[in-house]
Amino acid sequence: MQIRNDKGIVKWLLIGLCTVFLLVTLVLPLVYVIYTALREGFQAYLASVTDTYAVKAILLTVKVVIITVVINSVFGIFAAWLITRFQFHGKKIISTLIDLPLTISPIIAGLIFVLTFGRQSAIYPLLEKWGIQIIFAVPGVVLATIFVTFPFISREIIPVLTVEGTDEEEAAALMGANGFQIFTQITFPHIKWAFLYGVVLCSARAMGEFGAVSVLSGHLRGITNTMPLYIELLYQAFDFTGAFAMSSILVIMALIILVLRNILEYRGRKEMDA
Amino acid sequence: MKKRLLTLLTVAALTVGSLAGCGSGNSAGGTQSADGKSVEITNVSYDPTRELYEAYNKIFQKHWKEKSGQDVSIVQSHGGSGKQALEVANGLQADVVTLALEGDVDAVKDAGLIDDGYVDEFPLDSSPYTSSIVFLVRKGNPKKILDWNDLLRDDVGVITPNPKTSGGARWNYLAAWYYFEKQGQSEDEIRESMKKLYEHVLVLDSGARGATTSFVENGQGDVLLAWENEAFLSLDEHPGEYEIVVPSVSILCQPTVAVVDKVVDQRGTREVSEEYLNYLYSDEAQKLEAEWYYRPSNEEILNQYKFQGEGNTITEMPVDHKWIITDIDLTNIDHFGGWSEATQKHFADGGVFDSIYEEK
Repeated sequence: MQIRNDKGIVKWLLIGLCTVFLLVTLVLPLVYVIYTALREGFQAYLASVTDTYAVKAILLTVKVVIITVVINSVFGIFAAWLITRFQFHGKKIISTLIDLPLTISPIIAGLIFVLTFGRQSAIYPLLEKWGIQIIFAVPGVVLATIFVTFPFISREIIPVLTVEGTDEEEAAALMGANGFQIFTQITFPHIKWAFLYGVVLCSARAMGEFGAVSVLSGHLRGITNTMPLYIELLYQAFDFTGAFAMSSILVIMALIILVLRNILEYRGRKEMDA
Repeated sequence: MKKRLLTLLTVAALTVGSLAGCGSGNSAGGTQSADGKSVEITNVSYDPTRELYEAYNKIFQKHWKEKSGQDVSIVQSHGGSGKQALEVANGLQADVVTLALEGDVDAVKDAGLIDDGYVDEFPLDSSPYTSSIVFLVRKGNPKKILDWNDLLRDDVGVITPNPKTSGGARWNYLAAWYYFEKQGQSEDEIRESMKKLYEHVLVLDSGARGATTSFVENGQGDVLLAWENEAFLSLDEHPGEYEIVVPSVSILCQPTVAVVDKVVDQRGTREVSEEYLNYLYSDEAQKLEAEWYYRPSNEEILNQYKFQGEGNTITEMPVDHKWIITDIDLTNIDHFGGWSEATQKHFADGGVFDSIYEEK
């Protein structure tokens, strides 16, 4: 009895602490974002988010997220496969390299690309000759976003592939299945939920990326300004309604992704139990 | 096993290939359309000119349509002047640069993108409008900040951007230097005063607009050393909350414009880019500049916007935009031997600014 009572106190204390913490760090700011966005009325809000540059920023962000997710999916599956199914020297190194973006500050990622593709780089004359503009243009924005988000998908798949082992794949191969069949019918169904979960995380991170993109975007209004950059621009132009209206859109996109994440988690668990 | 890999590789290659294909078509503007009916140029500018160029681009679009029949769209980029110059030097495709000072345009020139002698390409050292440095203080001037020496008082918190990255900040710095010099201080004494001044700086933002946001929105500090245009804009945006104090001495800031020769020749946009900068000197544009609180270079138009009131504190927006106070002692960059000398001495790595700020 005594012990349970203690536990009760600890439990409520923890609940209280967590609630206060979440209120202060999460809920209040979110409420404030919505409040400021709507402060001048819904018309002003609507005008802000349908502004030409706002629409361009939203479209660019969506485009960058889609390209990033597609490329990172291919790369992620590829890398996860390589690491879990093959034995070779330097595997540890590759595995570590994949994690690098998680530990590198995004601003450094941005600078790396500026140095690699900027005017002072050795390959710049070549790029110039072919008329390819990478940094201070959309490809640079995509590249930076890919760099920052590329561990997300492979890191979700690797543990699942490791646990699954190769038995089923070997059996299928013995029964004469070709590589494509093995992948679509044996491997992919196993990693499907982990993969989708990775996609969700990757999209969330790609949407909000600011640092790396900021360094190499050139801040060209309507061309390389993604939503986070556009929000900063509006904020500095004293357009708080606009800035917070755009923020609210980003928050809504994040919430959708959060809901998706929960659905995926739920379905994944259900399927595994079945 | 090999087949499997092959499939994946093919998919990967196809995706990357197709994306690269659609990516390269997307590079930043600055091109003539095939039929010659429209043209796009990029103007890389410094922080506080956002509103000015938003207004100017509209009248220029009209002007260019009448003149050539073409629709022109202008892509804007804003940020700390030094940072912007660096990005252009690094490959940001700007047709024109409209930066805070000649020194920053020099950086683009030194990268081989602008031809020598650009300063004489447009009238008045390629400065279509000028500005000056003033103090923005809180309503009623509670700390009684009236001149540069008040900034050294211990109870005064100063907001100014970083002279390493911001053009406006360099002008702030030099204006302060000039004040102490006028007080008859020796070089060592000036350094000491400057050091004390920068000890009172609470936030050293990278650009002028960031500094304004720190002061106005985040309530930091007692005085903002600001471009005239930034100060008046704040007064305009927040009536009754701020006052502008014009110090006894200041500096005539000459923002410099230039066509980025290498880029316009590559893109075939020289004609429209040159007209874009030329038109900044037209009467219509000069009036617009005055209305956005830049000093027009045209004397006649400047006189139309002269401040009518007394004293050197402006507590509310002057009617009819008559805001320009002319009876102050304005020095200019020639006093410091031009930008390359001033940069070398004060702002380069290991320069005076480094020594006074590091010892902090």
